[in-house]
Amino acid sequence: MIGRHKHCLALQDFSREEILEVIDLAVSMKEVLRRPIKKVPSLRGKTVVNLFFEASTRTRSSFEIAAKVLSADALNWTSSSSSVTKGETLVDTARNLEAMRPDVLVIRHAAGGAPRLVADHVGCAVVSAGDGAHEHPSQGLLDCFTLRERLGDLAGKTVAIVGDISHSRVARSDLFALTKLGATVRLCGPPTMIPAGIESLGATVHHELREAVAGADAVVMLRIQHERIGDPLIPGTREYSKLWGLNARKAEEWLTPHCVILHPGPINRGVELAPEVADGPRSLILDQVQNGVAVRMAILYLLAGGSSAEAGGASEAKAHG
Amino acid sequence: MAELLFIEGGRVIDPASGTDGVRTVVIRDGKIAEVAERIERPRDARALDARGKWVTPGFIDLHVHLREPGQEYKETVETGVRAAVAGGFTAVCAMPNTRPVNDNASVTELVLARAAAAGLARVYPVGCISKGSDGQDLAEYGELRAAGCVALSDDGRPVMSAALMRRALEYAKVFGLPLTVHEEDLQLVGKGVMHEGAASTRLGLKGIPGAAEEVMVLRDVALVELTGGRLHVAHVSTRGAVRAVREAKARGLAVTAEVTPHHLVLTDEDVAASSYSTDLKMNPPLRSAEDVAACLAGLADGTLDAIATDHAPHSAVEKDVEFDAAANGIIGLETAFPVCLALVRQGGLTERRLVEALTSGPACAFGLPGGTLARGAPADVAVLDPAAAWTVDPARIRSRSRNTPWKGRRLTGRCVMTLVGGRLVHEEVEGER
Repeated sequence: MIGRHKHCLALQDFSREEILEVIDLAVSMKEVLRRPIKKVPSLRGKTVVNLFFEASTRTRSSFEIAAKVLSADALNWTSSSSSVTKGETLVDTARNLEAMRPDVLVIRHAAGGAPRLVADHVGCAVVSAGDGAHEHPSQGLLDCFTLRERLGDLAGKTVAIVGDISHSRVARSDLFALTKLGATVRLCGPPTMIPAGIESLGATVHHELREAVAGADAVVMLRIQHERIGDPLIPGTREYSKLWGLNARKAEEWLTPHCVILHPGPINRGVELAPEVADGPRSLILDQVQNGVAVRMAILYLLAGGSSAEAGGASEAKAHG
Repeated sequence: MAELLFIEGGRVIDPASGTDGVRTVVIRDGKIAEVAERIERPRDARALDARGKWVTPGFIDLHVHLREPGQEYKETVETGVRAAVAGGFTAVCAMPNTRPVNDNASVTELVLARAAAAGLARVYPVGCISKGSDGQDLAEYGELRAAGCVALSDDGRPVMSAALMRRALEYAKVFGLPLTVHEEDLQLVGKGVMHEGAASTRLGLKGIPGAAEEVMVLRDVALVELTGGRLHVAHVSTRGAVRAVREAKARGLAVTAEVTPHHLVLTDEDVAASSYSTDLKMNPPLRSAEDVAACLAGLADGTLDAIATDHAPHSAVEKDVEFDAAANGIIGLETAFPVCLALVRQGGLTERRLVEALTSGPACAFGLPGGTLARGAPADVAVLDPAAAWTVDPARIRSRSRNTPWKGRRLTGRCVMTLVGGRLVHEEVEGER
């Protein structure tokens, strides 16, 4: 359980305390990852199934490593076709997998709400690894973890999220988690990429990058999906990069000296982020990847039966380290 | 010998004749013979006790999907009309998006034959605007009308070609058939699955802006002005569409419109609160609270002529799937009255206007018989208990499908008897509440 939650589906349903429960535990989990022998028996005998209906290498690998470090058995089930294209329905697939008695089902799906549908039909814990443009809760949690690690308490901090907010589940999960932790969130992108009514979720909307990043403590740059060009949301990557991309000159002139840069990956180098910025000292992109494993360890641990009150992750990890 | 039936002691609400008070309705040979305050019942006449009940003209639904032929696992004409009479509806218009579609006399005749065999509610088939409902060529309106169609529609699919719509409005004039149209610009709809707004943003679902409906209503109003044709706007759902209909009527154009019960009471926020319940997925989608308020105001002031259910049965196969993949639509015949009656209790609608929008409003919009208890009218009557509270039990739903957001909900207001042509075709079963 994470607080009241049996599943990890959407950060909009999480309280500040529930978010902190995960990222506090992730601190101990990260410590495990730094050891020479990266294995603790916390989830020995437990099974984690990764059910991926969308291509994903990094998120799936991250969940897989997280499960393995905790000694859980991890099974990957990748399906190129979803029930949208007929065949077995999602509910049937989930029920079939459930009959194999997994403890946690990690699901990624192109349809918003698909993990919820699965959770309503199975008995095991369900973790969303991203559903449509709804949420990507583990990404939101790892972003908060990464930012807190660098900036300290996020209350009062300002974070700008730049890019295609409309289609971004990362932007939504970040927005929900960051605002619950007391940060101010600015969203920036062309009006065609700003979803209706997003201001009602507690963010300010900006169309000028310079204005959005002024004084910010962190900037999250989102990936521009090539299929959005001609959607038609933007005329092309050339103009996008000029107006909403971050290069070394803009970073130098517009960002505060301490401002850090995040990106959920994979990066389109030269589109939303110039290589020298992506690889520069402000970039926390590789920290995000490492922290992603720690956060997913924390999620799996809590949902597969552990509790942070037992300090399971930390003490047990130390005991067996 | 003439058969006589007296419905006694009920409050007769018949907006078409301006009646509202305790009256006896006398039915002779399937027609209304008299509605009187005091009248002696001959010893050989049958009597129905309606004390404490409303007695209204049978409801007329301009927008129902009976699914037959082709999708009998969702609904048949028989199960559909069984649901209709249980909800107080004595006549339903059957939309043509069956398989095959109703673009020729043989499909129309099949629907009518099934309806005659069921012998419950009257069924008025609606024929296609275009052949195959594919938006390319005009269907044969003469044949459809001769076979029994009362209106034309490509419902479920908007007529995207303005040129075809223009010709359809013109050509239908010869036959006096209204075009009942599903107004959505498909390019603006895109892959949208719910109303575009804060709720769709939170759910991460693709939105359908209200403008998708409004640009089409405005286009078709302009085409009515050009052609002098007869337009009926199906399931109005947005503030702008209500405004467009109101302005068209003010200019004297032959435009009528309907609204569904769900678009009068549910919003996109209900979709968010339901956590992706596909029983809240329909087309047009549930809109914002402002749109709902505008639809209710439009119904109250007569801009919207009729309440129509858009009864759209789907099985679990189409509904127990991802929200994106789920079929659009919900069933509505059995819940329309109590759902709309709640609006009366909340003060948004008068009792008279509610009954009017379910009876004479739709009758006038399509020029159908009934909708009134005037002398000589067909004896299609609903006897309603406005105080009866009941729970929507999926096991007791008459429709073959169960896709309703009111499953398990407690509603107030219930049809206790329905008469079609003077025959009692529905009577509430003991213990159903």
